[in-house]
Amino acid sequence: MIELEHVSRRFGEQLAVDDVSLSVARGTITVIVGTSGSGKSTTLRMINRLIEPSSGTIRIDGKDTAAVPGEELRRGIGYVIQGNGLFPHWTVARNIATVPTLLGWEAGRTEKRVDELLSLFSMRSEDFAKKFPHQLSGGEQQRVGVARALAAEPGLLLMDEPFGALDPIIRAKAQEDLLAVQRRLGITVVLVTHDMEEAIHLGHKIAVMDGGKLLQYAPPAEILANPAHGFVERLVNGVDRPFRLLSLSTVATIVEPGTADGPPLAETATLRDALSELLWLKRDALPVAGPDGSLIGRVSLAALRAHAGGPA
Amino acid sequence: MSRIIGPIARLAALGLLLALVLKPEWFVPVLKPFTENNAPVIYNQGSLLSLTLYHLGLVAIASLIGTALALVMGVFVTRKAGAEFLPLSRSLVNIGQTFPPVAVLALAVPVVGFGVKPTLIALVLYGLLPIFENTITGLKEVPENVVEAARGMGLDPTQQLFRVELPLALPVILAGIRLSVVINMGTATIGSTVAAKGLGEVIIAGLLTSNTSFILQGGIIVALLAVLIYDGLAILERRVAKRTGRLAEVAG
Repeated sequence: MIELEHVSRRFGEQLAVDDVSLSVARGTITVIVGTSGSGKSTTLRMINRLIEPSSGTIRIDGKDTAAVPGEELRRGIGYVIQGNGLFPHWTVARNIATVPTLLGWEAGRTEKRVDELLSLFSMRSEDFAKKFPHQLSGGEQQRVGVARALAAEPGLLLMDEPFGALDPIIRAKAQEDLLAVQRRLGITVVLVTHDMEEAIHLGHKIAVMDGGKLLQYAPPAEILANPAHGFVERLVNGVDRPFRLLSLSTVATIVEPGTADGPPLAETATLRDALSELLWLKRDALPVAGPDGSLIGRVSLAALRAHAGGPA
Repeated sequence: MSRIIGPIARLAALGLLLALVLKPEWFVPVLKPFTENNAPVIYNQGSLLSLTLYHLGLVAIASLIGTALALVMGVFVTRKAGAEFLPLSRSLVNIGQTFPPVAVLALAVPVVGFGVKPTLIALVLYGLLPIFENTITGLKEVPENVVEAARGMGLDPTQQLFRVELPLALPVILAGIRLSVVINMGTATIGSTVAAKGLGEVIIAGLLTSNTSFILQGGIIVALLAVLIYDGLAILERRVAKRTGRLAEVAG
């Protein structure tokens, strides 16, 4: 649980972050979205005190972060930055072992943890441990960057535009990896991006910032359906709103009793996939199959339409 | 081709140097035409070997002191606390480079006397600039996100400096040291004018007696030393750069 209370940060005359309050629930992904200069990175970096707040309080699990020395605080929080920032003169293994080494772990324990993390990111230890960062592909470097951040088993992971430097295909894979790892480890993630699509895809909650102010803080569906007037509205209008909304729910949520002809849809498919199938097959409804393959009902265009629209 | 020429040229230069220093009498037939009036062909007022060792020792000590000073200054002015001293340090170091070593010698002798001391002062001052500037450049060239990552991982400022910044700046710093050593190698010859032992003695003796053979011996030995040391340090630099992965970065 992270709580920011009336946090502000001033750089000279400029108010980079202006009275931001928000709380992040344990085990969730919160995405802070905004354009450059919105104060999103500054907000993130105040959580691990790379930047000290000018005023306000930040608590992690109830404990005021200002009460802990900065280095000690940061060793307990995972941190991933754009372009990964791997140490080019250290091997992959030594990079991953950065924080365990600082914490004085025994060599055996560190080594075991490095192997664990490499296999978590499906990289074979014997292939990768001794390589240097410049011998890796962009996607591999990114994974090592995340592995390094997770090495000392932090409960909280801060990510500053972690996928910004990746090409679209590798980025999609990196996003899926992150979602899988977050689910598996149950860690809390706060991620900064300028990409609304990325925010909608990854976030349990999205915080939209502009000009240092927190404009709206809500789950993605809420942001899409009821964006705050002004900046958030303009930001959300840019993406295919109805399709985004549909991609957030699964077929199971709108399955209705009845039958229909055609190939059945899995109940775990997203509504966006369902719409795509319906349009492609030129049908008004399709049957829905449960996890065991038996038909449990149908999904109709009308129900999808009702789900995809904004407020009347 | 250059892969073969490099080592061969290196070996040839080393062989020539060793021969000139250890067996100068071998060169009598070559150097004879450069002498007049039956003057001695080979330097005879001291062993060339011991003069060479003195010369190397002088340069080594001056370079060590200079490196230590320039490194400490370079690191200091790139820290937050020392940033405001950058212009001052830079002008000081530049003066050290602009002021002719001969003038430094002339001014130092009345204060510290003749011998090794004034020569060391002149060499240290003269060799500061390349190391100082390269230390600054090397530290500034460390990618910002790498330093940011180091801070974000919880390295304290000292750990950041010694584990991340200096190792990554090392190839550039080494290039500065190489330049400084080579400059000192030549400049050290003037130390002989204030009675510091070194190869300058041979050259000055030749100048005083119009003995071109002496001048050639002294000059060639100094030149070969400089070339070999330059080459050796450049190889070391490339090794370090390769290890830090920066060569590959540059080469793409």
